[in-house]
Formats: sequence, C-alpha cells, structure tokens
Amino acid sequence: MKALRLSVLLGAALFAAAATRCFAEDHPPEPLPKPQLDAKIAYCKTCHGLAGQGFRAAYTMPRIAGQQPEYLEEQLRAFIERRRLHPLMQNVAQALNPATLSAIAAHFRDLNPKPLGGAAKDLVSVGKKIYEEGVPDRQVAACASCHGPEAKGEGAMPRLAGQLHEYTSQTLANWGRERGQDPAKPDSSALMQPIAQALTREQTAAVAAYLEGLQ
Amino acid sequence: MKVVGLGLALQAAVLALATTTAGLAEERGGRPGFEAKVEYCKTCHGLSGEGYRGYYAMPRLAGQQPKYIENQLRAFIERRRVNPVMFNVAHVLTPTTLAALTTHFHELNPPPLGGAPRENIGLGRTIFEQGLPESNVAACSACHGPDAKGHEEIPRLAGQLYPYTVKSLTYWSKERGQGGQRDDTSAIMVVTTHNLTPAQISAIASYLAYLR
Amino acid sequence: MKRKRAALTLLAVAALAEAPALAQEQLPVRNCAWCHGPSAQGSGAAPRIAGQRASYIEKELLEFREHARDNPASKQYMWGATARLSPQAAHDFAQYYSALPAQPAEDGDGSLVESGKLIYEQGVPDANVVSCIVCHGPRGEGFDAIPRLGGMSYAYIKGRLEQWTKGYDASAHPMPIVSSKLSAADIEALASYVSFLK
Repeated sequence: MKALRLSVLLGAALFAAAATRCFAEDHPPEPLPKPQLDAKIAYCKTCHGLAGQGFRAAYTMPRIAGQQPEYLEEQLRAFIERRRLHPLMQNVAQALNPATLSAIAAHFRDLNPKPLGGAAKDLVSVGKKIYEEGVPDRQVAACASCHGPEAKGEGAMPRLAGQLHEYTSQTLANWGRERGQDPAKPDSSALMQPIAQALTREQTAAVAAYLEGLQ
Repeated sequence: MKVVGLGLALQAAVLALATTTAGLAEERGGRPGFEAKVEYCKTCHGLSGEGYRGYYAMPRLAGQQPKYIENQLRAFIERRRVNPVMFNVAHVLTPTTLAALTTHFHELNPPPLGGAPRENIGLGRTIFEQGLPESNVAACSACHGPDAKGHEEIPRLAGQLYPYTVKSLTYWSKERGQGGQRDDTSAIMVVTTHNLTPAQISAIASYLAYLR
Repeated sequence: MKRKRAALTLLAVAALAEAPALAQEQLPVRNCAWCHGPSAQGSGAAPRIAGQRASYIEKELLEFREHARDNPASKQYMWGATARLSPQAAHDFAQYYSALPAQPAEDGDGSLVESGKLIYEQGVPDANVVSCIVCHGPRGEGFDAIPRLGGMSYAYIKGRLEQWTKGYDASAHPMPIVSSKLSAADIEALASYVSFLK
C-alpha cells in the first residue's frame, strides 16, 4: 500500500513539474511592476554607481552604463545559470527574476556618465595601439575589429569604453576561471579565451588604461 | 551634637577646598597644537580611539580609513552631515591638522569595545557577507571588504560600536546627504539603509561590533 | 511655593522609603543621612544622591572603598563610611537612592547660566574643551555609569571639576582631561548652569 502511495505521489510531482514547465514556456513570467523594477535597479546602482559608472570598493564594481543590452542580459543569465562564477553576483542572481533582465539592461543602456578614470596616463598610447592593431605576433586580433573603433560594442559584444581599468585587467586575467564554467553549456565567452591567454599582463594593463578614458 | 559637629567639619572642608583652588589657571590650560587636538578627540572617542558609550555613542575611529574620516569632517563642516557637536569640533580644524588626525587614528588598533547583544550575530554575518537580494540589499562585504576594514573613502566597520551602527543605519537619510545637490558620497547608502528592517540592522550591528 | 514643594517632597520620600524591598529597616541609610541630608538632597560638600544613576552610585561606593576616589573630602568621609561595604550592599544602596526624587539645587549664579549652557552643549573647540552633552546628555541625565548632573549643587560640581585639575581621582577618565582644559571662568559658568539643569 505504502509503495503504491509513494509512486502515486512521485508521479504526481513529476507531472506537476512538467506541467509547470510547459506552462512557463507558453506563458512567460510577468515582468515586475514598475515600483519593484525601480527598486531592483536602485539595488544594482548601490554597487555599480548611482549612474552605473562603476565603483571602486573592496571589490571593483564594473561600469554598466551604456552597456550593450544583449551582452548585459547574457551576463546576468550566465550568473543565474552559474556559467559565470562570482560570489557577489551569484547572490544577486538568486533573487533576479529572469523576466526583468531586458528591462534592467534597457535602463542601463541609456545611462551615459563620464568615465570614472584613474588609470596611469603613460600606458594609454601603448594601449591604443594594441586596441587598434592587435598583437599580430601573438595572434591577437585588433580589439576594435569586434568591439568597434570607439569600443562601444555591438549586439553580443560588450562596450568597453569607460570601463574601470582594474576590472578590465582582472577580467582578462581570470577569464578561464570565471567564465564558461559549465562545460555542458558552452557559451560565447569561449571566443575571448585564447585572446585573454595570449595577452601579457603589461599589454592588458595598457589596453585597460586606454579604454578607461574613452567616453 | 554629633550633627552640629559634622556640619561644621563639612563647612570647614569646603572652605579648605575653596582656598586651595586660588591657584587655578585664569586662562584655559593645555598645550597648543596637534597633540592637544588629538587628546581632545580621544576624550570622547576613547583613549585609543576605540569609541565610548555616553549619552550619545561616540564612534570608534581607530583603524578608520583616512579618506573616510576626512570626508566626514568636511561633511560636518559643510553641514552636509548634520551633528551639532561635531560641527563645532570640526570647523576649527586647519586642513593640516585634519589630515594629520586621520593618519593618527588610522594607525591605532585597540580591541573592539564590544557590548553588543549576541543573539543575532550569525544572521548579521550572513547579511554582511551575502546581502539580502530579495530585499535589494547589497552585500556589505562587496564595498566594505570581507573583513569590514573598508577601502579608500568607504569606511571600516569592524569593531564599530553597536548603538552607533544602529543609529547610523536607522537615521541615515536624516543625518547625511543634507547638502541638497552637492556631491556627497553618502548617497550610495540610501537604498540599502532604506531596505533594511530594524531586526536586520540590529543583527548587522551586533556582528560588526565584535569584529577585530 | 518652595516650602510647599519641600513638604510634598518629604511626604513623597517618606512614602517611597517604605517601598523598596531593602528599605530603611535593613539598609543603614540613617548613616548616610547625617551628611547627605534626610531626603538625600545633599548638604554642604556632600552631594545630592537622590535620583542619581544606580550604576554610578554603586561604582563610586566601590571606588571609595578601593581608595581610587581620593580627593580630600572623599578620603575624610567616604573611605571610612565604605570600609566594610560589601558589593551587595553597594548595589542595594544604589538601588534605594536612585529611586528617590531629586530636587535641583539652583544655587549657582543665574547670570552665568547662558554662558554655562553654551559650554555644556558645545564645549569650546578652539580650546579643546569637549562638550558635556555627549556623555551626560542634553538634560544632564547621564547614561549607564556616567552620572546625572542635572540639578547638582554649584559648590559640589565646582569642587569636583577642580579636584580633577589637581590630579585627584585620576582614574575617572575622561574627566581629568576634560577639567584640565577648563579655565576658572568656565568652571563657574558650568557649575552654575548645571545647578539649574532639569
């Protein structure tokens, strides 16, 4: 009797799960009402800066102002799905309603504060050269070829202009350890892996310094 | 008889005291300059800058980020941060003294004063390390550091007095950012403090009070 | 008006005196009354202890016993009085006296109240004189073991401030530092103001 009851329960549970998923696919979750969306955006700004310009704290919080919406949404989804690992953003992602991602990304796309600045000025010209010409002898393509001549990005390729130099350097240095962490779900981050590996620390620092000053 | 005798003796004592004070300074005593100013701060903030619980709780300054102390002193002077006592204290400081004070306190490292309730330290730690994403409260550690020692203009919180932290978080928008449009680093905390409940504030403050 | 108030106070004290569990039958409060007055409002150099903060009374009684509070009047009268005081008795005395109603002494110089209030509330930052309000509260109510000052007698407060400048009671941090910055005029003003503070 017990076994039968258990199997009935199990069957019911499985059915419910499947039904919910079907339901979800046919009926995408409702976007948050405006007050809740605004509250969530204000929360993002607590760390990323009141105008999304980034913030230098114990951790360096990147600029998200003016970011390509497709890229931003993809990163948030990567945090939610644990394809991109970061302890702080993991916590944020836990409470992120997937339905809000495009609204959040749209909000930050429209912000355009001045770059925070702060990188060493003497590296800028070296960085500019690498950005525009790449490093041919290390098979590193010109960044501009994908990220655009003004580093504004396009589509899935992120804007880099005005990004905090520490963040850019750390990102490139940690690429393989932070991104693409779910081998079962390869993602676009794989594109940058060889480039991140090929660049030396000095080259990364130079490019980062150049990018930080771009409006 | 006994009462009368005692009363006379008491009056004699008072008289004795009165006469011996004739040599008291006509003018205010104390050495001028930086040393005196440091001692003055420490009268309220604790002999090692560990803080002091009076009618008001005077916060710990020991180990504090110099840029943060400097910003706060300027905020008091410019009345962007409202505190009648600290306005008086701060507005007589010269820029050189101000800078020297911040360095002095940064280097002190007494143990925390303690005295906070202990029941919710665990909850406080969790909120400190992970925030409350559902309530749109960012992880404190993200900006203040995992050890709560702060960074540049972001203050150290480790070892801060419980009643001071509670008051700061509870009355944030009433005391800070009072300068209207003027640029003010306190704006970043508005959302967070607004979203915390009193119980959560108490838990966080308890956790911080014991951090070395 | 004053006489009426005094009479009412005495009545109140008499009524209250019965109330505490360890009342006059068990606590030898009559010994204290010799100097501190029958209603504990103080007399001469002996301060008002009625309505004083319990933690402060308790702490001071033990400091007298340990000889940490060593100014001449304390030495002459309180060391003997507390020589055989147990911590429990100190606690009980403190509870008893803190519950008694306090009358403001109002024996300072009224013309100095305004300048005294200014120093009390703001200190004198230029001269590194701290404000009293941060520890003792806006109405001199004190906090925890920091004493209530409101309405204490001018003579007593003046005496205390002067004792610290002379190096007595050195363990009473931060008062020695505070006092060391005060001029004679500051002390006059403060002691006067405090005697009226309610």
